[in-house]
Amino acid sequence: MNDYKMTIGIECHVQLNTKTKLFSGVDNDATDKEPNSCVSPVDYALPGMLPVLNKAAVDKAIQAGLAMNCKINLISRFDRKHYYYPDLPKGYQISQLYQPIIGAGVVYLPDGSSVKIEHAHLEEDAGKLSHFDGYSLVDLNRAGTPLIEIVSMPDIHSAAQARLYCEELHRLMIYAGVTNGDLYQGNMRFDVNISISKTDKLGTRAEIKNLNSFRSVERAIEYEYARQKALLEKGESVKQETRGWSDATGKTSPQRSKEEAQDYRYMPEPDVPPIVLEQSYVDEIAKQLPMMPESYRSIFGVLSLDNNEREAILNHPILAQRLAEACDKNSALAPRIAHWFSGILLAEENADKNFALGTADELLELSEMVENKELSSTAGKEVFLEMYDKKNTSKRPHALAKEMNLLQENDVDALGAMIDEVLALPECAKASEDIRNGEMKAIGFLVGQVMKRSQGKANPATVNELIKQKLTQ
Amino acid sequence: MKIADQKTKAVDLVREALEKAKQYEDYHCFISMNEARAIEKAREIDERIAKGEKVGRLAGVPYALKDNYLSPEGVTTAAAKMLDNFPAPITATAVKRLEDEGAIMIGRTNLDAYAQGSSTENSFFGPTKNAADPTRVAGGSSGGSAVAVALGIVEFALGSDTGGSIRQPASFNGIYGIKPTYGTVSRYGVVAMASSTDTMGCFAQNADDINLVMDVMAGKDDKDSTTLEKFWKDQLPAAKEKKIGLITDFMGDGVDPEVVRCVNEYAEKMKKAGYTVEEISIPMLKYGLAIYYIVQPAEVASNLSRYDGVRYGLRSAKAHDLDSLYQETRNEGFMPENQRRILIGNFVLSSGYFDAYYLKAQKARTLLIRAYKEAFEKVDVLLCPVAPAPAFKFGEKTDDPLAMYMEDVMSVPQSLAGIPSISVPAGKTKDNLPVGAQLCAWRGNDQMLLSIAKHVEEKD
Repeated sequence: MNDYKMTIGIECHVQLNTKTKLFSGVDNDATDKEPNSCVSPVDYALPGMLPVLNKAAVDKAIQAGLAMNCKINLISRFDRKHYYYPDLPKGYQISQLYQPIIGAGVVYLPDGSSVKIEHAHLEEDAGKLSHFDGYSLVDLNRAGTPLIEIVSMPDIHSAAQARLYCEELHRLMIYAGVTNGDLYQGNMRFDVNISISKTDKLGTRAEIKNLNSFRSVERAIEYEYARQKALLEKGESVKQETRGWSDATGKTSPQRSKEEAQDYRYMPEPDVPPIVLEQSYVDEIAKQLPMMPESYRSIFGVLSLDNNEREAILNHPILAQRLAEACDKNSALAPRIAHWFSGILLAEENADKNFALGTADELLELSEMVENKELSSTAGKEVFLEMYDKKNTSKRPHALAKEMNLLQENDVDALGAMIDEVLALPECAKASEDIRNGEMKAIGFLVGQVMKRSQGKANPATVNELIKQKLTQ
Repeated sequence: MKIADQKTKAVDLVREALEKAKQYEDYHCFISMNEARAIEKAREIDERIAKGEKVGRLAGVPYALKDNYLSPEGVTTAAAKMLDNFPAPITATAVKRLEDEGAIMIGRTNLDAYAQGSSTENSFFGPTKNAADPTRVAGGSSGGSAVAVALGIVEFALGSDTGGSIRQPASFNGIYGIKPTYGTVSRYGVVAMASSTDTMGCFAQNADDINLVMDVMAGKDDKDSTTLEKFWKDQLPAAKEKKIGLITDFMGDGVDPEVVRCVNEYAEKMKKAGYTVEEISIPMLKYGLAIYYIVQPAEVASNLSRYDGVRYGLRSAKAHDLDSLYQETRNEGFMPENQRRILIGNFVLSSGYFDAYYLKAQKARTLLIRAYKEAFEKVDVLLCPVAPAPAFKFGEKTDDPLAMYMEDVMSVPQSLAGIPSISVPAGKTKDNLPVGAQLCAWRGNDQMLLSIAKHVEEKD
């Protein structure tokens, strides 16, 4: 029996990191601020207040749209979306229903699949309610924060792909520089529409609102798939409704059914003139946009990295940029740099994203030192970490390696003397004897002794060769 | 206009206005007075004049402010219970510009609540009486301001005009009133009614005073994205040869014969002053009212959404949960006419009806604007009555909303088109009631209208 096919569309809200709000000119960063301290009469919806569009938000929306390979609409307009809730001071949200600024586009996922973008529009965020025993408090600091809502086509067919899509959107928005991208702070939130069907005809969909982590997107879809499947197999039907997700219980639960759905009474916004753009203006923004993950992926193709390694690096635009620069200058030396990067990212709790990496030239210099056996690979990593961790970027890698006393000993005379000392040790007599008798596997023990004596700086290959010469000739 | 100088004391101008306001208290022009602050400001201006300092173009001129303009002096009520104790923390741009030139607000005038109505009977504080006949309505919604000027309490007063709210009361009280080109004066700080036709203007006894006040208020405001770059000049243009079109569609059925007579007489005066007057028919105009009473309530319903009892203004004592907070507050705070428009507006915007009503109305609005454009290729100025009849008796139309809406039939087309339109005294009926003539032109030609009106008055 065929299994059910899932069809998923995702709406993603991205808070833009503009200096001021979308319409009020008030500070848009309410982090650690008192409730209702980033609020003007416009946000407060006093009588007679009028919205004045923040041009920076328009620029960011264009950047976001271009990052998703979207068409930018040269004329777009705002509309009012009406509903009553205490976190919505005007009784309507200024949004874009009929003519959004961002048109159709496509997002490429790391697994080679892609998701089409239907459109994305600019709108303002609402405030926040806190509920207490018998009363609720309203904080309007967030009211008026610019958002773009990105609406995907129903192109997604698994929980894993949905997660990849959300992660990729996050990456794109970070690359485009339009959001702080802190999911914990609600900088990006996801609404997921999901239906299942055995035929080509789509099933009835449920919408899971306000998911704020990649993990919860994935889990909620897995749960919803199982729930809908169980219903259908019992011969029941799926209700078209809005559902909420609880991370704690791992379940979705109904919030609002289709019958109770709100009529938003959309109306063109008469207070804000249309956004009219010149193509040349959009082109100029496109020119200044940094390279996107998809381009990096194709550049990094020559490095034969594994996917996890590559994606981990791509999560940090600065690392991707350095690696691409290094790749451009010397692709043979770049893989080692990639390993260093993914090493620090995968191994440690590297929340600190203020990487002090040095330039691509410095990283290549370090990589080349390992390549030329001036440094062991272990020592190379140590120097890299010194540069990264201690932000010790004032010295070139060679000077730094020297200072750290890690430069490999390649001097045959010096190594020869050191080998003679080691061979003279009583505990090495047996191994020396074996080698003279042709049992070459004992050589590893002797090389190890020399390495120890040199504090790891000796080039093991050279040592190996020298010991062989001394004992067999 | 009397402006304070070395000889004329601002304090005297203000005191005189305040005394007259008291003398005509029965007319109920004002919702609240600004006596103490007005006198204090007048003193400051007199001191500056005494010291020989430069003072503004409206130094010491007392004026009346329609009570839907926000300013921290007193409370802004919009004649609604919803806001009957609302101290505004900001100053409307228009008010700020007047005050920067030394004008002194002596009181806040009555209006239909939220500027919705055509008689000032919809005020939470009771109606205003007509200056010519106290048994009749002042017109509306800017009734208080019109009567304050007509009675000579002040030489100018601010109004707002969304579909005739300046022009109709100007006509009913025999004074000048202007609804300028949409976007001429900032709407910032004025309680919104219907954003796409809300227009700030004023009343005065003559064209020059209107011109001066408008020159002070007009121009781009960063706080209102729909304002235009300033096109207003300080001097009125010289009267030139102009072709006037008398709109026949508004001179026939349903129009009081006395109104027709007065407007025809005004047309004769225009001819006497050297203008060419010809008849013109613009059939599209008769759809103006139908379009307006879809677009305007939609915007009203939207703009009044913010009065929810959550942040400021009235909060009903009967509220016990979120739904009842909204329901009871809005039930108590809005007048029946406000509620009627909210219902109509939400109906025409609701899904399933939007295309049939709102969208169709907007399309018709585009046709209406086109009809005006074509008319102005043939003539420079259009002439018609302001309203179908002179001021009516109190209560005459309060139970018949449609009859009340018909008051607006000749004034809303200009609002929908965003074109300038002025009401000038045309004559009186045999019952001695004032009748206005309405002159309108294409956008930006506001001052041409004033110069023509002035020229006609001078040649009369």
